[in-house]
Amino acid sequence: MKKTYKIDVDCANCANKMEEATKNTAGVKDAVVNFMALKMKVEFEEGADVDAVMQEVVKNCKVVEDDCQIFF
Amino acid sequence: MTKKQKNLLIRVLASLAMMIALVLLPLEQVPVLRFVLFLVPYLTAGHDILRKAWKGIRNRQVFDENFLMAVATVGAMALGEYTEGVAVMVFYQIGELFQSYAVGKSRRNITELMDIRPDYANLEEDGEVQRVDPDDVEVGSIIVIQPGEKVPIDGVVVEGTSTMNTSALTGESVPRTVREGEEVLSGSINQDGLLRVRTTKEFDESTASKILELVENASSRKSKSEQFITKFARVYTPAVCYSALALAILGPLGSMLLGGVPSSTALWGDWIYRALTFLVISCPCAIVVSIPLSFFGGLGGASSRGILIKGSNFMETLSKVDTVVFDKTGTITRGNFEVVGVHHNRREEQELLELAALAEMHSTHPIAASLRRAHEALAEGGSASHTGSHTGDGSLCEAENMRAGGLPEGDLTQRTVPCVSEVREVSGKGVIATIDGKEVAVGNSRLMEELGIEAAPCHSTGTIVHVAVDGTYEGHIVIADEIKPGAQEALTALRSAGVQKLVMLTGDLRATAEAVAKEVGITDVRAELLPGDKVAEVEKLLQEQKSGRALAFVGDGINDAPVLARADLGIAMGALGSDAAIEAADVVLMDDDPRGIARAVRIARKCIRIVYENIVFAIGVKLACLLLGALGIANMWLAIFADVGVMVLCVLNAIRALWVRNL
Repeated sequence: MKKTYKIDVDCANCANKMEEATKNTAGVKDAVVNFMALKMKVEFEEGADVDAVMQEVVKNCKVVEDDCQIFF
Repeated sequence: MTKKQKNLLIRVLASLAMMIALVLLPLEQVPVLRFVLFLVPYLTAGHDILRKAWKGIRNRQVFDENFLMAVATVGAMALGEYTEGVAVMVFYQIGELFQSYAVGKSRRNITELMDIRPDYANLEEDGEVQRVDPDDVEVGSIIVIQPGEKVPIDGVVVEGTSTMNTSALTGESVPRTVREGEEVLSGSINQDGLLRVRTTKEFDESTASKILELVENASSRKSKSEQFITKFARVYTPAVCYSALALAILGPLGSMLLGGVPSSTALWGDWIYRALTFLVISCPCAIVVSIPLSFFGGLGGASSRGILIKGSNFMETLSKVDTVVFDKTGTITRGNFEVVGVHHNRREEQELLELAALAEMHSTHPIAASLRRAHEALAEGGSASHTGSHTGDGSLCEAENMRAGGLPEGDLTQRTVPCVSEVREVSGKGVIATIDGKEVAVGNSRLMEELGIEAAPCHSTGTIVHVAVDGTYEGHIVIADEIKPGAQEALTALRSAGVQKLVMLTGDLRATAEAVAKEVGITDVRAELLPGDKVAEVEKLLQEQKSGRALAFVGDGINDAPVLARADLGIAMGALGSDAAIEAADVVLMDDDPRGIARAVRIARKCIRIVYENIVFAIGVKLACLLLGALGIANMWLAIFADVGVMVLCVLNAIRALWVRNL
């Protein structure tokens, strides 16, 4: 399943780091962060609990870039 | 400017002013006071960086740019280089501010270019019109579109006539007229008349929403250059940081052991200063932001001209195109047949056309339609006493026939309503009809053969329609698919854009195909192909393709999805409103002007050139400054330029990608 989220982040490199962090979250199959459109597309693994996974994604993103937001 | 940006601007300006004042003040005699005073602008500009750096350390994010800046500036302060310390912080923040402003600005610019998102719909329910969210309008509802309003949802006009401005969708500025029963697409602007429209799609499925989604998603499909930069950034920062560390330790040790320089604070300080300049240059911001920004600008600029490129990766492929394969119909030719010549014997050109048009009155064949159109056009343009009505209902004609009591003789053009009866189709050959009592046969040479009439051969290419009246041969009409205006110009433009090989594929007869090719200037023609053969031809051409170059296939998006998919790059033309074409292609030209292809190539070339310029310039300057820094020639001011200056220049260069008006 794929979902798109709006995000807020200030720098392009941070967006790349967020993408990496999201990809490495359990339950996430693939992720693309689009810095220009400020959007994040997350592909979840089958049967993943989307809300729980997203909580983890936010936590992991905050580690690599404190000043970021994901709206969901 | 956002509040965040304004705050930062004030802080940056304040600390810059303080810094300059402090440099000018004679404080050399009071070092402690000097340090404390310099701390004020330092903290004003950089307190948030220091705080973020602290959080980064706790999260073990050592190569976080805040951390790097913090180490560099704290180090500079510790070495007593107060001005440099403050300056690095201030300029770093100026860079950040500029970057965030520029990125925000281009985001807005592109949204404005793509200003097709409607905010509301006027929903008509039980005779009352209400302004609602377009998301809430169900398929089949009636919406009212006032002059000056944007069409919110795709639909069919049920009442009213107006001209529509579709420039936001197609880049085409000539307005289009719509009347009852015709389709209107969301995103176009109603210019003068009031329209009542029955919606045929949900808001999300409508053209405007689809296009916006496509443009927004396009920058998610990352190009090779972006992937390269992401990888580069991942290696670059740690590499520079470790080099800095090595420089700080090995530099002085090396000098001591090899050069025999005695250990001293000055020696260590010098090498640490060099290491700190490394840290300032280690931030990859310039390239990391400028590459996606260039692509975003290029994609946005292209869509403002009616060219939708579905991903940054396709932008890259498009720039490498050196072979363009056309599917003739719908790209070079219009795909609708036109009368191109009337070779008549005794009768007038108009009369011959009229006879043919009347005989084919009830046929839905494209050739019949072209005969009717040509006749109407001629009748309207000419001085004929009768216009229109020939394509009308036959029963009216019969009624008049009876009233007239038979078959009036004489010139057809003097009559108001000619009579058509006993239309008989001869399958695959043509039509035989009785028009005003005369037996008129309209069809191909086989029909003439069947009737035993000798048909004159024709040297023109195209479909030949012979006409015979009461067994006498009267001449023939040549019908051909019309070449699009601008087709020849489009091919010339492609050649001058560096496309070397142009190939035309078609299912048509060789003679017809070659005539078209000759007129527009294509030498490589592959005719009489079945749909499956087209894939095979493209595969053959792909094998001949030089590596690093790309082959684009241009089709009208109808029935050519497999070929569109097989080519390196599939381009669909005239795809406005055709979901299937938009789905199948990588690049979509919203209008059907073939000149758009060369334009798309030029836009892509420009965009990719900017991307390469930025990569080479940013990496080049950084490496040069690193080298100079290691040798002790570059000071921290140069390092600031290598970081902030390069970023500003790259961003400004990237913004150029958006300017595609003259391409």
